[in-house]
Amino acid sequence: MGANIAVNSDNKETWGGGGAKPFGASYGKMMMWFFILSDALTFSGFLAAYGLTRFKFIDSWPIADEVFTHIPFIHGNFPMYYVAFMTFILIVSSVTMVLAVDAGHQMKQKKVAWYMFATIVFGLIFVGSQAWEWKTFIKGSYGAVKTSDNHILQFVKDGHQIALADFIHTDRKDDRIHHTRKNGLWFDQEPAIAQYSVAQVQEAFKKDPSLLIRTERVNPETKQKIVLSREESLAQLALATRVVEGANLIENEYGNPIFADFFFFITGFHGFHVFSGIVLNIIIFFNVILGTYERRGHYEMVEKVGLYWHFVDLVWVFVFTFFYLV
Amino acid sequence: MGHAHESNTKRIWIVLAILSVVTAVEVGLGIAKPESLHLNGFGTSWLNWIFLILTIVKAYYIAWAFMHLEGEKKWFRRSLVWTAVFLISYLTFIVLIEGSYLHETLAPLVKW
Repeated sequence: MGANIAVNSDNKETWGGGGAKPFGASYGKMMMWFFILSDALTFSGFLAAYGLTRFKFIDSWPIADEVFTHIPFIHGNFPMYYVAFMTFILIVSSVTMVLAVDAGHQMKQKKVAWYMFATIVFGLIFVGSQAWEWKTFIKGSYGAVKTSDNHILQFVKDGHQIALADFIHTDRKDDRIHHTRKNGLWFDQEPAIAQYSVAQVQEAFKKDPSLLIRTERVNPETKQKIVLSREESLAQLALATRVVEGANLIENEYGNPIFADFFFFITGFHGFHVFSGIVLNIIIFFNVILGTYERRGHYEMVEKVGLYWHFVDLVWVFVFTFFYLV
Repeated sequence: MGHAHESNTKRIWIVLAILSVVTAVEVGLGIAKPESLHLNGFGTSWLNWIFLILTIVKAYYIAWAFMHLEGEKKWFRRSLVWTAVFLISYLTFIVLIEGSYLHETLAPLVKW
């Protein structure tokens, strides 16, 4: 193969492009940039697909700050605070990364190691937070019912959404239990069933005249979900077929299931990038402590991994905008 | 490589400050949703315009300062940025128009 390459192959730097440096960038750095460019286009493809779907269902798309309203250990309604915190953590990790690169330029091994360590810790906090965000989303907050038309109906009292548990006080009458191999048919098992039956929800709703139904539809004038009158609410609730709690790939209590699909897919793909970034950072971190780059005479490896890490932050800026803000 | 390696820590902290302030403004507006910005606008709400522009501002600072594009050769930078900007604008343009078309065509068929 060496015969086909037009550069001097007894040169030690053959793997690095034979020492040729178009645009003054080293082989590794340039290829990292081109990889990042192609990865950026992949993410754009996903976000564009999300945009298409959102435009397709523009009159009934879930409102993000009604979906992501939780922060760990505290009860209450706090739209966006936690995701703002996650965004800030990722920006700070980008800063410690760039400080590591800067320290590398000055050949300060200890400083590079500490900054790399900080970057890894912030990265772990970010993925941890994302896992928590997923868990909260999967678990759900209020519960809803699905109608035979495949629309989600939520419950409102005094203008605020109310959880199923807050107005259903009766016991389940249909004797339905969660089938597992242990207690159902021995050969059968099923995913967890909803806490309440449809009949239970309908009965409790009829008992309390102050309850209303909120539909998936958005009123374009106010950009709020439409709340039905009491009569319309009762008529809609009569169509209910399933109780939906939380979100998965098939249904979600916040509205259109494809919202959850895109959320899981895009934040999942981003989270996987963060995870790979952390793994790369750990590898480089150990190389730094072992003195590999000190012996090599430069810390360009830190710079290249740094590029990838900043890219992860860059993508998050867009994911944050399109999932939580716009 | 190839450029001077003086320490740039001051610039890094300034960029951190800019990015934090921009994020804080975004979150503040996202929570408050002032009616004048949320319910009026050109094409989409003014609020969405603000979010999109601030996102591009943040992306600029990350790419130019943190990823150090500002220190790369001009045409290397352009080979990356122009490619991405061109392809992404094209894709977004086509796909969002198509999305609106799907909505116009399919929304009347949905039973509410």
